[in-house]
Amino acid sequence: MLDSDVFHSFRRNPVVVVSAVVTAVFVLAALLAPWITPYHPYDLASLDLNDAFTPPAWTEDGSRRFLLGTDDQGRDVLSTIVFGARVSLLVGFCAVLFAMTVGITLGLVSGYVGGAVESVIMRVADVQLTFPGILIALLIDGLARTALPRDLHSEIALYVVIFAIGIANWPQFARTVRGSTLVEKSKEYVQAARVIGLHPGLIMLRHVLPNVMGPVLVIATLSLGFAILAEATLSFLGVGVPPTRPSLGTLIRVGNDFLFSGEWWMTIFPGAALIVLVLAVNLLGDWLRDALNPKLR
Amino acid sequence: MSTPGAPYIEVRGLARHFDVSKPLLNRVIEGQPRLILKAVDGIDFAIRKGETLSLVGESGCGKSTVARLIVGLYKPTRGQILFEGTDMGSLATRAEERALRKRFQMIFQDPYASLNPRWRVADIVAEPIRAHRLSSDPTEIRRRVDELLRQVGLSPADGEKFPHEFSGGQRQRISIARALSSNPEFLVCDEPTSALDVSVQAQILNLMKDLQRELGLTYLFISHNLAVVFHISDRVGVMYLGRLVELADARALFENPQHPYTRMLLDAIPDLDMTGRARTPVAGEVPNPLDPPKGCAFNPRCPFANDRCRTERPELRPVANGGVAACHAVEEGRLAAAPRLAPA
Repeated sequence: MLDSDVFHSFRRNPVVVVSAVVTAVFVLAALLAPWITPYHPYDLASLDLNDAFTPPAWTEDGSRRFLLGTDDQGRDVLSTIVFGARVSLLVGFCAVLFAMTVGITLGLVSGYVGGAVESVIMRVADVQLTFPGILIALLIDGLARTALPRDLHSEIALYVVIFAIGIANWPQFARTVRGSTLVEKSKEYVQAARVIGLHPGLIMLRHVLPNVMGPVLVIATLSLGFAILAEATLSFLGVGVPPTRPSLGTLIRVGNDFLFSGEWWMTIFPGAALIVLVLAVNLLGDWLRDALNPKLR
Repeated sequence: MSTPGAPYIEVRGLARHFDVSKPLLNRVIEGQPRLILKAVDGIDFAIRKGETLSLVGESGCGKSTVARLIVGLYKPTRGQILFEGTDMGSLATRAEERALRKRFQMIFQDPYASLNPRWRVADIVAEPIRAHRLSSDPTEIRRRVDELLRQVGLSPADGEKFPHEFSGGQRQRISIARALSSNPEFLVCDEPTSALDVSVQAQILNLMKDLQRELGLTYLFISHNLAVVFHISDRVGVMYLGRLVELADARALFENPQHPYTRMLLDAIPDLDMTGRARTPVAGEVPNPLDPPKGCAFNPRCPFANDRCRTERPELRPVANGGVAACHAVEEGRLAAAPRLAPA
């Protein structure tokens, strides 16, 4: 799959190289957050309220200790952004992984088995696609909030958000995988496996799945951008991850309260970070879609 | 389980219908009836152990459907497939069916689609061995794969390559190696040479004949190419619109065809002797299989058709060349006096 053609098209496209670098920087920073940030923003002992509302370093009242300024609690904004990206990316990756697993499984089964199974799965997917993804995520989060005791909820809020965004995303994977499965299923190598007497599950897993993964990778990359944005939206609306582990969306919401009192840096910088991250991921996804589609070359 | 004296494979009244109707809602709104395609509509034949039976016919006559029915890719709508006297449809458990299926293999038409592009050749060839748990020892499997690759004229080093590194003919050799790896007795070959160059076709056919002699294989060979069929077959069945119209020994059928359709097909074979001379083309088109003609399905294209042919469907009856044919004209002797369709 990742043959020299794809690599060549990667090298020739500077926008894509930059996107890849930006994404890699975000992922690395998120992974290594505790070791590379100048401060540990959620270590209460290290916070000093006297540092609160320090503007960015290059402004008149800025301090060289805080490059992007501090928030209302005196936390370093740069550090909160890195930690926030960590949560955003974690939720994004896990949600896409979850949506992929559910979508690929249901897509393979409905494409390969066909009949009533296919009709039921695809109608459910169709119905779900008529709702905006964010609405479904809101619905699931709301349900979890009422169904679970309050203490428990803030503990598992992260998983609820992952589940909610993942569920909102599976139909795309299921539909794509089903379409490719229908194509692969009619090819003679699948029939040869059936003549050999291989179990249908094994045929799907060993023969069909590796041949339908190309489009899935593209959708996964594009969905990652969506998932990060969805998480930010949920957190901005106050129904996402708890403020004890803020994501980029939470930071934007908290900073938003101070926007009109002049402390713009608390919301602008996390917002810019979110835009850059999602843009880079989406550009990568677009390029991957074109690079893997021989008709567009 | 096998019944003594029974033919190796016997097919009785085999039929497969496909429902090609539009979805229910469209049918109700447009007031259309169900559409049933009778791809195979009641055929009988038997194959003796070690022989090659070919089925020939134009596209859409149902010959590939017969192949797929026999290897179990489709379930028959009607009829039975008996393997050494055991009805394949009566097998109670999956294990029993697997045990029988192990003795069947199939070679497909398109060597570019019949090998999984993401698998190495050695894994493709070893798949039946692993699937039927004939061996689990990697070195033993590897040895068997090497032997098979050599047997079909490839080198053991080819096992490490991917299918896209091979030509069509080589891929078909890989297909054959895979089909042979579970030591089957019976191979169903669905147009195994029609996607290949003429020069390569001969190589593959010779390979298949050699393997048949060495391993005592039985073949069901599906083709539309009469020259290929003449080269490889012991007996030949001619199909038209889902039914057998003539079945005879290959030599008898080619030298003394009985059914008008068989004569027409044979007259249409391009022949170097006849270069430059006008040949009688096969007249007319195959009728729409969704709406086959009444009586004998061949009657609209048959120069000998009369009222009986247009109302009564002929059954297979013994004919002069030692085989059987389904034709009123042949049965009544009307055809004996009739001139050959093309100048001899």
